[in-house]
Amino acid sequence: MDQLTHRGIFVQIDMTVNGRACSADVEDRTLLVHYLRDHLELTGTNVGCDTSSCGACTVHIGGQSVKSCTVLAAQVRGADVTTIEGMATDGELHPMQEAFRQCHGLQCGYCTPGMVMAATSLLSENANPTEAEVREGLEGNLCRCTGYQNIVKSVLSVGGQS
Amino acid sequence: MTIMGTPRLRKEDPKLLTGEGKFIDDIHAHGELWMGMVRSPHAHAKIQSIDTTEAAAAPGVHSVYTGAELQEMGLWVAPLPCAWPVTEDMVNPPHYPVAADEVRHVGDLVAVVLCDSRYGAVDAAELVEVDYEPLPVVASIDAAVTDAVMANTDISSNKAYSWALEPDPEAVDAAFAAADHTVVGEFVQQRLIPAAMEPRGVLAIPAPFGGDITFYTSTQVPHIMKVMLAATTGIAENKIRVIAPAVGGGFGAKLNVNPDEILAVTLANKIGLPVRWTETRSEAAFSTHQGRGQNQKIEIAADANGKILGIRVHLDADMGAYMMLLTPGVPLLGSFLYTGVYDVPAFGFTCDGYFTNMTPTDAYRGAGRPEASYAIERAMDLLALEVGVGPDEIRRRNFLAGGEAFENLETASTLVFDSGNYGPNLEKALKLADYASLKAEQQRRREAGESKQLGIGMCTYVEICGLAPSRALAGLNYGAGGWEHAMIRFLPTGTVEVVSGSTPHGQGHETSWSMIVADKLGVDPDDVHVLHSDTAHSPLGLDTYGSRSLAVGGTAIAMACDKVVDKARLIAAHQLEANPDDLEFDGGMFRVKGTPTAEIPIQGIAYEAFTAHNLPDGMEPNLQEQVTFDPENFVFPFGTHIAVVEVDEDTGGVTLVGYTAVDDCGPQVNPMIVQGQMHGGIVQGVAQALWEEASYDEAGNCKNPSFLDYLVPSPMEVPNMVLDSTVTPSTSNPLGVKGAGEAGTIGSAAAVINAVCDALSPYGVTDISMPATPQKVWRILRDAKGGEA
Ligand code: FES
Ligand code: FES
Repeated sequence: MDQLTHRGIFVQIDMTVNGRACSADVEDRTLLVHYLRDHLELTGTNVGCDTSSCGACTVHIGGQSVKSCTVLAAQVRGADVTTIEGMATDGELHPMQEAFRQCHGLQCGYCTPGMVMAATSLLSENANPTEAEVREGLEGNLCRCTGYQNIVKSVLSVGGQS
Repeated sequence: MTIMGTPRLRKEDPKLLTGEGKFIDDIHAHGELWMGMVRSPHAHAKIQSIDTTEAAAAPGVHSVYTGAELQEMGLWVAPLPCAWPVTEDMVNPPHYPVAADEVRHVGDLVAVVLCDSRYGAVDAAELVEVDYEPLPVVASIDAAVTDAVMANTDISSNKAYSWALEPDPEAVDAAFAAADHTVVGEFVQQRLIPAAMEPRGVLAIPAPFGGDITFYTSTQVPHIMKVMLAATTGIAENKIRVIAPAVGGGFGAKLNVNPDEILAVTLANKIGLPVRWTETRSEAAFSTHQGRGQNQKIEIAADANGKILGIRVHLDADMGAYMMLLTPGVPLLGSFLYTGVYDVPAFGFTCDGYFTNMTPTDAYRGAGRPEASYAIERAMDLLALEVGVGPDEIRRRNFLAGGEAFENLETASTLVFDSGNYGPNLEKALKLADYASLKAEQQRRREAGESKQLGIGMCTYVEICGLAPSRALAGLNYGAGGWEHAMIRFLPTGTVEVVSGSTPHGQGHETSWSMIVADKLGVDPDDVHVLHSDTAHSPLGLDTYGSRSLAVGGTAIAMACDKVVDKARLIAAHQLEANPDDLEFDGGMFRVKGTPTAEIPIQGIAYEAFTAHNLPDGMEPNLQEQVTFDPENFVFPFGTHIAVVEVDEDTGGVTLVGYTAVDDCGPQVNPMIVQGQMHGGIVQGVAQALWEEASYDEAGNCKNPSFLDYLVPSPMEVPNMVLDSTVTPSTSNPLGVKGAGEAGTIGSAAAVINAVCDALSPYGVTDISMPATPQKVWRILRDAKGGEA
């Protein structure tokens, strides 16, 4: 019980998020997703589950997609993190964001940041995936609204162009 | 009409795509306290004692309250609301936000902690010690029906109500007496977890002085919430502002008035600090209502040709532990649809609602109608087998109006269907799916004895939506009306504000409403701004559920636009010194017929109306109009869905390999959005058919509350769907529109299970319960093959 009531050790955690040096003092047990959301106020990264199942929390760490609810912020000190807020540049949507818009790849938009992050990372590994490869690549990302058809279409449209 | 009917990209998307959309958990208030929920681990128990000492001493804890303490504090003036007491004598023991002496489902609240951090609240809640005396548990409908054990010590029978729709019981008896064929279908609508991707959450912010309270909640129903908060908490309604921020999916699960919502508002009001909470995914199985939960029996009497003579239906419906906002009414919403798209001379429906010790049930995408459509469409396949004709043929023989176009047709279930044209819709779907080739391929695989057999199933559904004519709701004893409100405001500089009482959570209302207004007023859709989901901005409304937004809310907007044009015409005529009747309005411009140079744009009129320097005598300044539209009738979208499944006889695995849907929701404002609604809806119905079930053990524990074992489909499980439509305008509103939000779910579960049964039919299998898991299919095949699989 003692450990439960213990308010953790506060640690300073620095990392680069969306190209900017960031720092916050947080409890050592703080998940990356809550570090980003509650402490850096980057609330685009969402939480959809508590079992690492849904992918709503997907971000890039060093260019790789990671479910940010599965890592402690302290584990990725000094890392280079990109969240959905870092995808659009100079007021222009990232091509993957634009594809989701063009193909109606989102409805409520809750899964969308995670989908976009997972999809861009998928394409960085396989620039021209087949439909089956896209579906397999996004298996860890759940969407309750779209039935996935237009999400897959969005990703394929970017793949086909690249 | 130039913009309506075309696919148009959504206004909502840039925000949502860049992470700028603000969902409930993204919004914070200075000094906020997190609620940590103490929930019962028992499905039914007496609370003996609660010790909060340790929790109260935990770091960051502000206070801890037990149910009994809250009750004494007098935070509420009434129990949680049930707006739909379906019968005069419905049993509904009072249900307060936190249990004081008896818990009735796992997850029932027993105490609440207020703490200054997200993690701290959860930790502190774990420190509350509760002694329970376990009571016997009712963990299924079957157990509830026997009344061997009561789900609530305050009741003497688990049966809460009996409701009947029996226009002519003798005619039904006569139909069965005269029948050449009768079929009986007994189906289980398993409990489902709605699982909107965004968990629910709340944030109540009290004003430092004056008693005002601003309540953010991830809800589909901010307007209904405001009324219910006032009625339940005793806080004056005009002190309450409810805001639904960006809402990450609802599917019915966010149309309730939940214990956490009442708690947040009353505690914040009491202590003068903001109070918040966000459910975790696993907690949602207990803190948010579930869907379905019915045992259905449907009987069809038919003549020698398979022409239906009568239908009789009985439901035993699982209310769960408590009557939530619409719980008892959900089965009734389906009652009128058990006759489907068919000409049924005699019909009778009865439903008993039972309390159990499980999470309360309430609306889930389709609410009563997917259940109805499943029962009649499964039973039609049974009838086809019985009569010895194909599933398409049995449907053709029974379509209302002989499968031809009709308007305003009264059915045996006493409703008047607005419009339909079922025959061509079916034929279009059969052609699009290439039904004949599919059947040939099925035959080939059967003859070749392949291990992967093909099954093709169809569902010709009709649904009832556009809720609702207020008088019809009165007839069902529903506690509110079914109208919707809209206001159109021209701003002085020529842009338009639309105030709508419907509340989107992914449906793209801002886009669709802008399209309607753009067409009606001849303005650019980008010049239209839609205000919604905040009771301070849009004070009147009845929100979004039951596929009502377009048919009721969209109609109100179109009608308000017409009123704006009417007023603008008078001003234009005044300024152009013409007779109003001599003006034409086209593309946003008023012109004197025959005098093309005499013209004035509607934006110019808006400015004139604002300055009010030169208006017709007696006219009020400003160009704004409002309409509250109360429809005369429901709308009845319909369609044909055809599912193709592959059943692996070795493993029992079912793979959905093809899906074709031809839906008719009348004219479509934005076909892109309609298709998106269909895709998502179809997959939710497929998921019920094949994967999803909230399963409970005998002690009343939900065995699969998290996404680890509650199988929401991933992109891997579903194929691309082929969609098309027919267009049969409704007679219930001037736009002729119907609804599209639930149709996919209403059509798909039956189509998929019909397909699975079709695949297994060579083995004499005629039914399989949902979800048709590999294990179930494998066992059925093993048994059908005489024990060797
Ligand atoms: S929130 Fe991280 S996987 Fe669901
Ligand atoms: S768009 Fe709503 S969950 Fe994916």
